[in-house]
Amino acid sequence: MLSIARYLGALTLSLLRELGRMLLFILYALYMIVRAPGKPVHILKQLSFIGAKSFFVIFLTAAFTGMVLALQGYYTLTKFGSEGMLGSVVALSLIRELGPVLSALMVTGRAGSAITAEIGIMRITEQIDALEVMALEPFKYLMSPRILGALIALPLLCAIFDVIGIYGGYLVGVKLMGVNPGAYFHEMEKSVEWKDVYSGILKSVSFGLIISWICCYKGYYTSRGAEGVSRSTTAAVVMSSVLILVWDYFLTSVLL
Amino acid sequence: MIELFRVTKAFGDQVVLNHLDLTIPTGKITAVIGPSGEGKSVLLRHIIGLLKPDMGRVIVDGEDITHMSRAELNRVRERFGFLFQNSALFDSMTVFENVAFPLQEKTRLSKDEIRDRVRRALEDVGLRDVDDKYPDQLSGGMKKRVGLARALLLKPDIILFDEPTTGLDPIICNAMHRLIKETHQRYGFTAVIVTHEVPSIFDICGYVAMLYRGRIQMRGTPDEIRASEDPVVRQFINGELEGPLKFV
Repeated sequence: MLSIARYLGALTLSLLRELGRMLLFILYALYMIVRAPGKPVHILKQLSFIGAKSFFVIFLTAAFTGMVLALQGYYTLTKFGSEGMLGSVVALSLIRELGPVLSALMVTGRAGSAITAEIGIMRITEQIDALEVMALEPFKYLMSPRILGALIALPLLCAIFDVIGIYGGYLVGVKLMGVNPGAYFHEMEKSVEWKDVYSGILKSVSFGLIISWICCYKGYYTSRGAEGVSRSTTAAVVMSSVLILVWDYFLTSVLL
Repeated sequence: MIELFRVTKAFGDQVVLNHLDLTIPTGKITAVIGPSGEGKSVLLRHIIGLLKPDMGRVIVDGEDITHMSRAELNRVRERFGFLFQNSALFDSMTVFENVAFPLQEKTRLSKDEIRDRVRRALEDVGLRDVDDKYPDQLSGGMKKRVGLARALLLKPDIILFDEPTTGLDPIICNAMHRLIKETHQRYGFTAVIVTHEVPSIFDICGYVAMLYRGRIQMRGTPDEIRASEDPVVRQFINGELEGPLKFV
């Protein structure tokens, strides 16, 4: 009985300590971004890595998401005889929800895991310690460019995702299923408001913060060895993905 | 002068440093010897503030670095160079970029001046035509020399060596020792070398401190250490299997 209580207590304490450490990490990282954002070339490099190099995977997922949305939407809407609304169904689901969330999940898998692995390997091979003993701030060189890169890249990727998804939906809905092309875009234009676009952008910016935060944090506190790196990478991807979905729910309920 | 007062450090239940006292004189080479896993590297990391002691104080030239803010600590670290056990070169950069990095980030030297100084630093450690190689294309000994060049570049007052010869063959090991001695004579820095390279380290160092069970078992000149009657010291420097040191 006592040992169960002790176990639960220790678990709670270590959880609290971890949460506190994570909070301090992001606060210090944000402070360092304001004080020493790092060289533009480093930020551009991360922007290219997180953003530009994710284009292909975003393109593919967006196209197929839009296409399947059109298929499913068409199937449902014909039941009510309102397949003309297909454009607004596709656009609203993408812009409000699927664009930000799916692009963030894809970036987590592609770039987030790489961020954790890279920083984790720098940690276990003492490269982070090397920065510290040279009196160079690791956050300035490693965290700031990545966090800024993710904050800029995510909304851009999300916008690309939305546009490609809408055209994917157009391809299937109009060209394949025969929805009136005028109706597809007209209904879309009528129903999508600035608020929808804005909430999508806000979401993807916050997802950018979540991805860079969790992935940098997990890499920075990697424990010894190859196993440590693999463990942090897995943990970073799982945790970022879950956090993205949970945070998405809260944000949606606030922004709705 | 670097002084450690009653420094205690534990990781979980394992006490690594136990009320350790040590004074390291300025401008000399001090070797810290001792069996593997006795916390020699941990001791070295305390001197530069990479680890904080659970108890006790670390004082560098009169300044207590134990409770310093990051900014203050960085100011003290400007005076240090550190050679890591595995060199800790940035693996995404070439040799040249690695050595140039601290100069680029901390000084306002022009590109030509940086190139000159990096070339000279690499030549000082006997390296040529490796500028464009990446660390994973170098042998262990070469990496250590690049690490030494990087540590020497900003002309630090104090250089800490974490097992500079581990994993090197005996010839390169001696060459490394000679390199340390020569650069020490040229630049006159304070050196702390963590090593278990006995007795060859005795040829280059002014003082030896032996770490055992979290404390300094003995400290003295190489001759004093050699002449020591202490069974632990005797067993270690002679590499005997029988004695107070137990190997499992």
